[in-house]
Amino acid sequence: MTDMSVPAAPASRHTGPEARLRLEKRYASERRFERYGMAALSFAIAALFLLLWTILSNGATAFFQTHIRLEVHFDPATIDPDGKRDPAAFRQANWAAVARAALQEKFPEVRGRLPLRQLDALLSDGAQIELLRMVSADPGLLGQRREVWLLTSSDVDMIQKGHSARDVPEASRRVNDAQLSWLDRLAAEGRLEKRFNTRFFTAADSRQPELVGVWGGVVGSFLTLGMTLLLAFPMGVAAAIYLEEYAPKNRFTDLIEVNINNLAAVPSIVYGLLGLAVFLQFFGMPRSAPIVGGVVLALMSLPIIIIASRAALRSVPPSIREAALGIGASKMQAIFHHILPLAMPGIMTGTIIALAHALGETAPLLMIGMVAFVVDIPAGPLSPSTVLPVQIFMWADNPERGFVEKTSAAIMTLLVFLLLMNAAAIWLRKKFERRW
Amino acid sequence: MDATVTTQNVSGATVPVPMPMPASKVAARGVNVHYGAKHALKSVDIDIRENQVTAFIGPSGCGKSTFLRCINRMNDTIASCRVTGDLRLDGQDIYDRSVDVVQLRARVGMVFQKANPFPKSIFENVAYGPKIHGLATKRSEFEEIVEKSLRGAGLWEEVKDRLDDPGTGLSGGQQQRLCIARAIAVSPEVILMDEPCSALDPIATAHVEELIDGLKSDYTIVIVTHNMQQAARVSQRTAFFHLGTLVEEDDTAKIFTNPRDERTQGYITGRYG
Repeated sequence: MTDMSVPAAPASRHTGPEARLRLEKRYASERRFERYGMAALSFAIAALFLLLWTILSNGATAFFQTHIRLEVHFDPATIDPDGKRDPAAFRQANWAAVARAALQEKFPEVRGRLPLRQLDALLSDGAQIELLRMVSADPGLLGQRREVWLLTSSDVDMIQKGHSARDVPEASRRVNDAQLSWLDRLAAEGRLEKRFNTRFFTAADSRQPELVGVWGGVVGSFLTLGMTLLLAFPMGVAAAIYLEEYAPKNRFTDLIEVNINNLAAVPSIVYGLLGLAVFLQFFGMPRSAPIVGGVVLALMSLPIIIIASRAALRSVPPSIREAALGIGASKMQAIFHHILPLAMPGIMTGTIIALAHALGETAPLLMIGMVAFVVDIPAGPLSPSTVLPVQIFMWADNPERGFVEKTSAAIMTLLVFLLLMNAAAIWLRKKFERRW
Repeated sequence: MDATVTTQNVSGATVPVPMPMPASKVAARGVNVHYGAKHALKSVDIDIRENQVTAFIGPSGCGKSTFLRCINRMNDTIASCRVTGDLRLDGQDIYDRSVDVVQLRARVGMVFQKANPFPKSIFENVAYGPKIHGLATKRSEFEEIVEKSLRGAGLWEEVKDRLDDPGTGLSGGQQQRLCIARAIAVSPEVILMDEPCSALDPIATAHVEELIDGLKSDYTIVIVTHNMQQAARVSQRTAFFHLGTLVEEDDTAKIFTNPRDERTQGYITGRYG
């Protein structure tokens, strides 16, 4: 009798060690892919946090400014020598003398022209404006003595915030030893404090970093974007509807389509040059005005809006179109009653993306003069103004130390503006979205 | 054509029923349809009789839906589509340049394969047609039309308490009946149905078939179907299409019991298709 080995069962090709090995390999490659994805994501999140952290750590201090508490004597002899209590006369008064008097009262031992000038330099020019405002609002203050928080100069502010070092040789400091000793005395008496910087949210640009504000840029951006939306949205949607629903398919419309796609990729500075050549030179529109910025940005946004709107229109199920046409709706009725409402969320998403893009745009606006130094809040679409990104660009360009934190703070403002816009977009989407 | 028409009841027995000869509502003579280079429909001649249900049967791609869509010019939306020949509604050439397509579609309603209610309320779905055609102006008139149409579509009892709910929230069968209600709200003369039951379960299908049977006294109905039992159940006349040609058209009973053409015979006995 021969050795009877058990005949191997007809093994399935999907069991056994070889199959297990193949399976292992498949799972290994899947795990690898997952890890690549996670690595990419972690890198992106880390980069984002680094960015936000840099901006926050640089800019957080900008929301507070160092103030000195001084007893101010609203001396009628200086402020209102004629005794007319006329607000126009207040404006002409020597407010610097009022502020200096308060300082000198605090430091009577300081004598001599130079030390007095150095003492003066503790306060910002803004302190005089604050005093003027106080008296204009309440002329009853004349002749009285009040404890007032007065804004310090940016150099003092930087020392107090630790952005400028105090332990370097006097020659390489913008605040000398005498000034430091005065500051220390004020601090010891509790007369030095960082107070909330409301000016940053109400003022426009300034040469002095302690006096700047983003409101001018915010209003300029708002006016410019409003103009952009007003022009680009109706034109873009109308163009998309025409191209998608009405236009015949021929070589001419193909050419238009190719050109729209190309225009979406044209560098933005080219649009700026176009604005300069056509709107400023040829049509003679005002320089630095939000209306021109709006038109230029609208031209830049149009291709994006058209492309997004066409995609949204195309994604409406054809059954809806057939349903409308089938009961005798005309083409326009089918579009405006049924197709457009269903495409609206997509169209709005595209528009918001285009506007967010336009909000951050700097280059084309430089070309049409929106890079101007504007100290007033723009009053309307025709008045000179700047926009947030350009404001950031200008401050970043400024060598003064005090502008560093302001730049970061302006970036934060821009980001908040963007977040608000995106939140509005999401809200609109939810509101207009219909399920079928 | 003799004056005695046979009808078939559900059990399949044929009974001769004396019936006056119905008039032809839609008449086609030598209708050809091309999609670009593709010759989709070849010289179709047919008379569709008034107040009857005519079923179009045939394998996929045979041209039955194409022909159906010629009758209310839904093919106009396809750029490459070209229709030639003579197609008349009440003696009026449908493809004549003087015909207003919006008006034509008000007279020739359509129900599609997939129920496609608008993403609006049930009320708005039904009232939309009368609104755009200006058939009603006052709210009370709209309410009357909506109730009448929903009753006509056998849906009123199910939805009368929730007319403001979205039409898309109804079940598949209800949605299809809503689409029928939407079509009849415009008071059309002809209703075209393109496989209206293909996405419905048997119970919903029975519902719709019952409805079609009831509608034929007021409307001329043309129905495309892949379901031969359905054609046998609901129609009085049946047309068999094959590879773009109309092979034969006759009384439904005759087509299903004694077709003239062997292709028809082959199709209804399930040898191909």
